[in-house]
Formats: sequence, structure tokens, C-alpha cells
Amino acid sequence: MSSVLFDTPGPKARLRNRIYAVIGSAALVALVAFVIYRLAAKGQLDGAMWDIFNYAGVRNSIVNGLVSTLTAFAMAGVLSLLLAALLAVARLSEHRAVSWVATSVIELFRAVPLLITIYVLWVGFFTSEPLWAVVIGLTLYNGAVQAEVLRAGILAVPKGQSEAAYALGMNKTQVMTTVLIPQAVRSMMPTIISQLVVTLKDTSLGFVITYEELLYAGRQMASTILVDGENPYVPVVLVFGAIYVAMCLALSGLANWIERRGRRAKTGIKVAEAAPVTPDMGAGA
Amino acid sequence: MNVLLDHLDLFRDGFIGTVSLTAASALLALVLGVLIAGFRVSPVPPLRAFGTLWVTLLRNTPLTLLFLVAFFVLPQIVFPGISSYVLGVLALGFYTSSFVCEAVRSGISTVPLGQAEAARSLGMTFVQTLRMVVLPQATRTVLPPLSSIIIALTKNSAIAGAFNNPELFSVQKVLSDKGFNVMVIFIWVALAYLVLVFLISGLFRLLERRLEVAR
Repeated sequence: MSSVLFDTPGPKARLRNRIYAVIGSAALVALVAFVIYRLAAKGQLDGAMWDIFNYAGVRNSIVNGLVSTLTAFAMAGVLSLLLAALLAVARLSEHRAVSWVATSVIELFRAVPLLITIYVLWVGFFTSEPLWAVVIGLTLYNGAVQAEVLRAGILAVPKGQSEAAYALGMNKTQVMTTVLIPQAVRSMMPTIISQLVVTLKDTSLGFVITYEELLYAGRQMASTILVDGENPYVPVVLVFGAIYVAMCLALSGLANWIERRGRRAKTGIKVAEAAPVTPDMGAGA
Repeated sequence: MNVLLDHLDLFRDGFIGTVSLTAASALLALVLGVLIAGFRVSPVPPLRAFGTLWVTLLRNTPLTLLFLVAFFVLPQIVFPGISSYVLGVLALGFYTSSFVCEAVRSGISTVPLGQAEAARSLGMTFVQTLRMVVLPQATRTVLPPLSSIIIALTKNSAIAGAFNNPELFSVQKVLSDKGFNVMVIFIWVALAYLVLVFLISGLFRLLERRLEVAR
């Protein structure tokens, strides 16, 4: 174990590191113990609290919530990628007006919090169908973000590619759809998937506008079920948190796998690095 | 236009609310993020594991869920009656700290190897190396991603509005509940966010120019 930041530890340093390790672990264990103690004192860790997950009704509502979340995610994912392709191409267009419109749409929806977009869509247009408010809101925001990703990908394709395509007599549409976009998508795949992870997390904003997705189901469950006069907040948060983390990790795992595979290929177009992307998206509303 | 002028004080309070939420949680996120980044590169295995766990968990949880934890679980662990402002800042700050940590960590790895090697050969300890040699030089590469993290934080603070905090989203909510045209309010609120976003990116561009060195 060594890095540029510290020397390979000698006997003294090893002892010191071990002491730090013990102190650090002790502090962590103490913190966890305190949390568990306080929660146990409140009865949040009682068997009865956790027993709620044995009821068919509770399980059903978890599954229903999961299905709604995944529905919104799937629709928003597909639509936002379509919108992104459109916006990216429009922004790169040679017609000044088209590119100006695309640029302002992208800048507007990237700057406004997704929650506000979704809320306005809900109140203004889809009061009775929150699903569409969530899907369209997610599509607009993520479409704008993914458009920038795609545009970066298109600009990163070596110039010789489009020059060669034009030399073969292809027109602009052909060059874009058959030469540039496929290569851009390939090189930007990890980034695109990381942004999809953000889309997945952001479906939870549907919670605010009463779309009955996973988090909403959890909130309902936690506030309506009473076990010994206490709401089961902790079990519900832990279970739902675990579901979200598992889903997101699975998707990020896919991004990393594609990135590693991409590095193996020898087409000369580098595959962008997966994880943190431009954190503008990473922390998307 | 009338909606804005008639409710100017509401809009002003909302604007100030968003700015203060953003500033407070940005401060918390920066301190925590740098600290955890230090953990993640430290020679002590449990601290490294803790840093990794922290980042993995927080980056893969929806912020809304963190808000639920802050508002319903946290009061049970410590004590009830914490103000919704503090809870909001905690949720936002913790969430953002994981992104700051990753930005700082990748900044650390862009500092030329020779710098840390030279520091070590002068006999500096890990903490000294990091604090006096590596981190100051990493600042320059960390600034651009940090700017987008802070902008994202500004937008995320809207979620705090859904949890009892006066800020721009709650302005939107209050006024549309009163029956004003949603789109008109939306335009003003969007404008406020655009101003904030441009301010923050301008501020960071200024900082970048100040810290720039001719190589």
C-alpha cells in the first residue's frame, strides 16, 4: 500500500497508521452505536416495526411504486434521448435561427430547477395526470443536458470523418445520421448512461406532485401505518433507500462496463470516462 | 408584470432564501467534501473505506429521499424541533459533499507527481503534503467542476422549498395556489434562477482568472 501522497510506511508509520485506524474505526462504531441506540429507544428497530414488510398490501404497494418509477424512467429516458438528438443537431445547424432557438431552449431548461418545471407542468397542464408532468419535465431537463453531451460527442469526432463523408457525396443529413451521430453516441455512451442514472433518481421528484412512484409509496406507508403508536420511518427509509441505491448502482455498473469494453476496441475514438461526468448533471435537481 | 410588482417582497424573500440555503449548504459541502476527499486518499484503510461508502451511498440516493431522512429520521436520532432550514441545509450539504469529494479527488490526481514526491522528500507528512503542496495546486483544476456543482446545488435547493423553506420554489407554489397564472410566475422564477446561475458562473470565472498561471 503506497501512493504518491505518502511513503511506504515503515515500522513507526505502520504503528501510527494502526492507531489512527483504531481511533477512526472506534469513532465510526461509536457513531453507529449511538444511532442504533437512539433508534432502538424510539422502538424503530423492533421486530414488529419490520414485520410490516410481511404483509401482502405493503409488498404490493412497493411493487406498484417500483413499476410507476420504472415506467416514468423508461418513458423519460427514451423521450429525452430523442429530444437530445434533435436539440444537439439543431444547435449545430448552420441556420442561425434554428441554432439560436435550440441554444435558448437548452440554456433555459438547464438553468431552471427540474422540480419547478415539473410543478408548473402539473399545475398548468396535467393536473389529473401527474405521470405526464413528471415524464415531460424529465424529458425537457434531461433532453437539454443530454443534448450538450451529444453535441460534445459530435464535436469530438475527428474532422476527417465528416470530410470523407462529404467527399463521398453524402448530404448534410446523411453525414449527421450515418457518420457523426453513431460515433458520437458510441464515445459518449458512459456519460449518457450516467445521466440516465440522474434521470432515474429524479423520478423521485414526482413525490412532490403526488405521482405515485416509489418514494411516494414509501412516504404514504410511513405516515399511514402505525406500529405501537409509532410511524415506521426508519424501516421504510432503509428499505426504499436500498432499492434506489441498488437500481442506480446497477445502471452505473453498466456505464463502467461499457467504458471498459470501449477501451478495448481499436477504432481510435476514445470512449469518455464514465463516472462523475460534468457534475452539473451528476447532481441534477 | 403585475404579479411581480404586487408580490415584490415575497419574491425578494424567496430569492434571499434560495441564496442563503445555497450559501450555507455550499459551505458545509465544501468543508465535508474536502475532508472526505482527504479520507479517501489517506494511508488509513478504515478512513478510506468510510470515504468510499459515503460517496457511493450519497451519490446513488435521490435527494428527495435524503430530505425524508433529514426531516423524519434525524429528529428521532438527535432531538426533535430542529428548524426546517437547518435540516434542509444538512440534506443539501451532505448530498453535495459527495460530488465535491469526487471533484477534489480527481483534482488531486491532476497535480504532477513530482510535487508530492518533492514534498515527501523534504520530510513532510501526509497531512502536510496534502495541505501545503497538493491541495493548493489542485484548486485550479477543481474550480470548473466545482462551479457546476454549486449551480446544481442552487437548483437542488428548490427541493427544500417543498419541505417548508421559504425560497423561490415556494414562491411559485404560494402564488399558483392563490390562483395566479402559472406560466407568468414561472417566467419570473426562471429569470431569478437564470440570474443566480449566471452570477455563480461569473464568480467562478473571475476566480479562475485570478488563480490562472502562465505555464
